[in-house]
Amino acid sequence: MGEIFGMPVQVLMGQLAIGLINGSFYALLSLGLAIIFGLLNVINFAHGAQYMLGAFVAWMLLHYLGIGYWPALLLAPLIVGAIGILMERFMIRKLYHVDHVYGLLLTFGIALILQGLFLNMFGVSGQRYPTPDALRGMVDLGFMFLPIYRGWVIVASLAVCLLTWFIIEKTKLGAYLRAATENPELVRAFGINVPVLITLTYGAGVALAAFAGVMAAPVYQVSPIMGAEIIIVVFAVVVIGGMGSLLGAIVAGFGLGLVEGLTRVFYPEASSVVIFLVMAIVLLLKPSGLFGQAR
Amino acid sequence: MGIELMTDQLLRVENLHARYGESKVLHGLSFSVDRGEVVTLLGRNGAGKTSTLRALMGILPTRDGSILFDGKEIIGLPSNRIARLGMGYVPEERGIFGSLTVAENLVLPPVVRSGAMSLDEIYTLFPNIKERSKSRGTHLSGGEQQMLAMARILRTGAHFLLLDEPTEGLAPIIVHAIADVIKALKARGATILLVEQNFRFASTVADRHYVVEDGRIIDQLANDEIKMNPEKIESYLGIEVEHRRKEASHG
Ligand SMILES: Nc1ncnc2c1ncn2[C@@H]1O[C@H](COP(=O)(O)OP(=O)(O)O)[C@@H](O)[C@H]1O
Ligand SMILES: [Mg+2]
Repeated sequence: MGEIFGMPVQVLMGQLAIGLINGSFYALLSLGLAIIFGLLNVINFAHGAQYMLGAFVAWMLLHYLGIGYWPALLLAPLIVGAIGILMERFMIRKLYHVDHVYGLLLTFGIALILQGLFLNMFGVSGQRYPTPDALRGMVDLGFMFLPIYRGWVIVASLAVCLLTWFIIEKTKLGAYLRAATENPELVRAFGINVPVLITLTYGAGVALAAFAGVMAAPVYQVSPIMGAEIIIVVFAVVVIGGMGSLLGAIVAGFGLGLVEGLTRVFYPEASSVVIFLVMAIVLLLKPSGLFGQAR
Repeated sequence: MGIELMTDQLLRVENLHARYGESKVLHGLSFSVDRGEVVTLLGRNGAGKTSTLRALMGILPTRDGSILFDGKEIIGLPSNRIARLGMGYVPEERGIFGSLTVAENLVLPPVVRSGAMSLDEIYTLFPNIKERSKSRGTHLSGGEQQMLAMARILRTGAHFLLLDEPTEGLAPIIVHAIADVIKALKARGATILLVEQNFRFASTVADRHYVVEDGRIIDQLANDEIKMNPEKIESYLGIEVEHRRKEASHG
């Protein structure tokens, strides 16, 4: 095996693959946050808890009802998305006419309550979620062995991100969303039921988080604190990509996963802080983020 | 049948009040627009013309009184429902979306009634829009944005159009083009409520005029009156003062 910068190719590639997998989750989560922030102007602090909820719903479907991974991949986002819709309809909506900070505090409170509830029921130690049979084993890429499930995570996340981007940038529904992000009053005066559009958008953003949670279940442990651990990094990713920029969320998500992986190879001590370092630098040089437009 | 249905009124506004938060802006306006008419609201800056259109459209929801549209009371309806009844709004700031292409802007509002203009008809009436269909909406010139804002509403088939100062800040040649469009729409049977400060332009397209001041209708004039007797309207709009000053400086 060869070496790159004095590192065995295999080690390097292994860390890059891990970086891409983490990046997949960063991208899915920051994309949902960006969509919600764009239309609702709410920084959804409950996003991590909703990701955790997605993983737990998949776990409960399996344990209590015997419903496996593939149906859960669809059911969990639907169930958690529906919970999100109720949250928007009966709580978050009441805060649109006051300062953003109230929405942030409300969703933060909801996150703490959800996390506390699950800690109470399941404790800190994680629950195992089995890899689906069809995705067990390794694939030989020539330079390394990649667990098939991890390859699937990367491919499926990328596909879902691109599909979401396509819907928003290239379809009629997306045109409504973009227009309502700019001027919701006028879009409503054209005959579009904007409040329903907002509710469904929040539901969709939450469903994306739950989808990421189901994808994560076989990779990480299903634990009540899984959301709290990842969400801080995801907020940094959103800031780096640019608040409200979808492409920024996707590119920064995967990109920062890779940066983290590379740091783990060359300077492991810094791997847990490198993203925040990048965030600080980006904020200094381009406060609106890499892909953001100054508001 | 009730007498109501026999009249030709498409819009009848009675005792319309509206406020922004605590500050009242409309103090009991009453006026009406007949089917097929072009009627203007004239008045100085800050008189409440835009607020009147926003109240009609339901964008200014803190409103009170009665708005009968097509025989239906709409004062309690949200703006998306009002739009579906065939009321189309072209805002003063034009409201072209920068995150949408020109073509996306054009087809954004859903078609609300049959008899809407087809895209072909719209492109004939507004040739520039077709040429620039792939540009960002906000990359158009002011005149083109105004045309797009009007075209966008025509495609929906709305039969009652609210146009807020469509000529504001535009070159004379474009003002002419807009007058032609309004005449063409009238000929097709559209009913138009036009807000203007430029009464000379208004008098070339309108049948009747209401004068708005301090959130009230203070006078009503037929178009002939304006043409024969422009001083009256000039004094309402505060133009007279400027004229005198100019004359004084000439003399
Ligand atoms: N969004 C708003 N909030 C508070 N006051 C407003 C707002 N918009 C307009 N006004 C006030 O309402 C009054 C009428 O304004 P407007 O309807 O825009 O007048 P016009 O269109 O005739 O120039 C003005 O005194 C203006 O300052
Ligand atoms: Mg105005």
